[in-house]
Amino acid sequence: MRLAIVDSERCVGCQDCMFACVRRQGRAGLSETCIGVRSAGGMEKGFVVIVCRACADPPCARVCPVDALMVRDGGGVRLDSAKCIGCGYCRDACLIGAVFWDDEVNKPMICVHCGYCVKYCPHGVLRQEKVEAA
Amino acid sequence: MFENDMLANVLFVDLSRKRFWTEKRRDLFERYLGGAGAATQLLHEQCPQGCDPLGPENPIIFAVGPLTSLFPLASKTVAMFKSPHTGNLGESHCGGRSAVSIRLAGYGAIVIKGASDSPVYLAIHGDKVRFRDASSLWGTESVFTVGRIIRENEPGPGVRTIMRIGKAGERLISYAGVTTETYRHFGRLGLGAVFGAKRLKAVVVSGRRSLPVSHKKQYQEVYDEIYSAAVSSPVMKKYHDLGTAENIRPLNALGGLPWKNLNTARLDEASGISGETLAEHYLGRRLACAHCPVACIHIAALREPYKDEPYFYKTSMISYDYEPIYALGSMLGISNAEGYLKLMDRIEAWGIDAISTGVVLAWATEAQKQGIITEKETAGLMLDWGDHQTYIDAARLIVEPPNEFYQSLGRGVDHAASVYGGQDFALAFGGNEMAGYHTGPATYAGLLAGARHSHLDNAGYSIDQKVLREKSLKPEELAQALLSEERWRQVLSSLVVCFFARGIYQREVVLKALRCAGFDCSADDLDRIGQDTMREKYRFKFREGFSLDNLRLPQRIFETSAPVALSDTQFIRQTVEHFKQLVLSGE
Repeated sequence: MRLAIVDSERCVGCQDCMFACVRRQGRAGLSETCIGVRSAGGMEKGFVVIVCRACADPPCARVCPVDALMVRDGGGVRLDSAKCIGCGYCRDACLIGAVFWDDEVNKPMICVHCGYCVKYCPHGVLRQEKVEAA
Repeated sequence: MFENDMLANVLFVDLSRKRFWTEKRRDLFERYLGGAGAATQLLHEQCPQGCDPLGPENPIIFAVGPLTSLFPLASKTVAMFKSPHTGNLGESHCGGRSAVSIRLAGYGAIVIKGASDSPVYLAIHGDKVRFRDASSLWGTESVFTVGRIIRENEPGPGVRTIMRIGKAGERLISYAGVTTETYRHFGRLGLGAVFGAKRLKAVVVSGRRSLPVSHKKQYQEVYDEIYSAAVSSPVMKKYHDLGTAENIRPLNALGGLPWKNLNTARLDEASGISGETLAEHYLGRRLACAHCPVACIHIAALREPYKDEPYFYKTSMISYDYEPIYALGSMLGISNAEGYLKLMDRIEAWGIDAISTGVVLAWATEAQKQGIITEKETAGLMLDWGDHQTYIDAARLIVEPPNEFYQSLGRGVDHAASVYGGQDFALAFGGNEMAGYHTGPATYAGLLAGARHSHLDNAGYSIDQKVLREKSLKPEELAQALLSEERWRQVLSSLVVCFFARGIYQREVVLKALRCAGFDCSADDLDRIGQDTMREKYRFKFREGFSLDNLRLPQRIFETSAPVALSDTQFIRQTVEHFKQLVLSGE
């Protein structure tokens, strides 16, 4: 399964997905969010929704010097937090900016495609979809 | 309150000395929760008696609440200051991303004191506070441009608020507002002028901290209860579908929508500016405040051709809501959506309160028609109902006054009428221009008695429509009803819960949500907070010379028939008198 953005033009910028992501992890606030919503250069222009798109050959995992990011079935990665040294290479390698950073622990935050945020998007922006086997 | 909850942090900024520091104020938040309750106390502490609202001593206080960021719809920021418009309690609420940004930057409140010698803007990124030179932003024609420039120069996209003033604030128009996130405002009572007097062009706040929470299973349950109510309740659906503009049609049909300076309260032309018309022909986008699934903010897309070249267009995105449509539409006899949108676009650009501006221009129009003022005062303009272009010209002259008349208009309708006459049709209550409800005596008693002289203080218009249309109340009963509502709203605005969600945040839900946020309160505690906050606001108002006796009631409201009959001043005055006794006795 992977999280897909159906249509970011439907996004109203409520950011409920961001809060849901953190709540799913048993926390509150925004430091651990793995999805980001920001305006596309002013609210009048709508919004950009940024989240891991589950690359088949993720560059973030390729650049990790300590193999803390493991490629997951169906694309994307999982973080082994104990191995991570917080170097930030993964963040620099992600063109779309989907490697978020938890400044409080200095580790990356990357979507695991659990789909929890979809339940809290009432405007049809997000969808959880099956990934065909490669 | 959790030991590690950063809500207790109050950030102090001194613009005169360019210094900042943080104080722990658990006492404030444990006793008053936050928002209006905490801000009122900070105002008592920080605002010297009798100070000049435009002097450096007048503090600007922003406060958020314990539920902010933890639960949906608790995303308002309360601003407190001494109002340059009324010379008394200034309180204004704003959504956008302001509250979530302040809370996640690690603060429960921000207090801005002093004044800068030269234009500055404040950049608050978590615990970093920077004073940035704003000389190149001062005098910018449009508040939109100010937002764009700051956006491109500061970090934190998506997790920040950019509060800024326009020309009206710089020029100390007493009802200048502060704009956030392009379309939301601390609109009323002149916070923009207080910014301007401090040479403070903008305040950027960003943050993305984590927050403590307890009873995790219960937190999830309470969250889902509030969230599902927000996305499924009919009232929230109404705000999502058509937005507050939906109320234009029913209010007009009821005969409670002020037209042409309240010369009438119902006109067939209302369909031209109704929520339905705007949605069908202009709605271009819906927006939400941070952590609110409702998305009540409606933005029109207006396409206009340039006159100098064929097939050359500009498309402007302009917000609309019930109150500005009333003030800049019906109140000025403008019944075509395009006219309203063009006027609104300029009002937004200059950063001036839409309600006050509309009421002031409506008074000026009637004054000119009656010959109280002439083209000499209006600098050659002939103000006329429905003529949006002349109203745009006049609004510009309020912001850039060429003479004493426009300077007077820039201080509000009470002031202008005190100089030029026409008080019978100068529609302000307690010094604040009226909102768009000519529904009956509860509206006007509520506007006079309410701590902010705002329709949102105690929702008298709702009592008119839901109670007084069915049965009559004695003045003491109406006073009690207004006060009970206003006290409960102190609780909601101390939690900074949006008033649109008041049906969801009932007492039991509030208590459950507070428990997850580390506040063990009882229903009695909430009542005490409502009562104390109300009393403290009035203590400030009385300290600054406010009196509930002999407040001005314009004759016009008795001349135009209302859904609940308004026969004379006596019933309203008696209600206000009872309200006063109840506030003073603390009952």
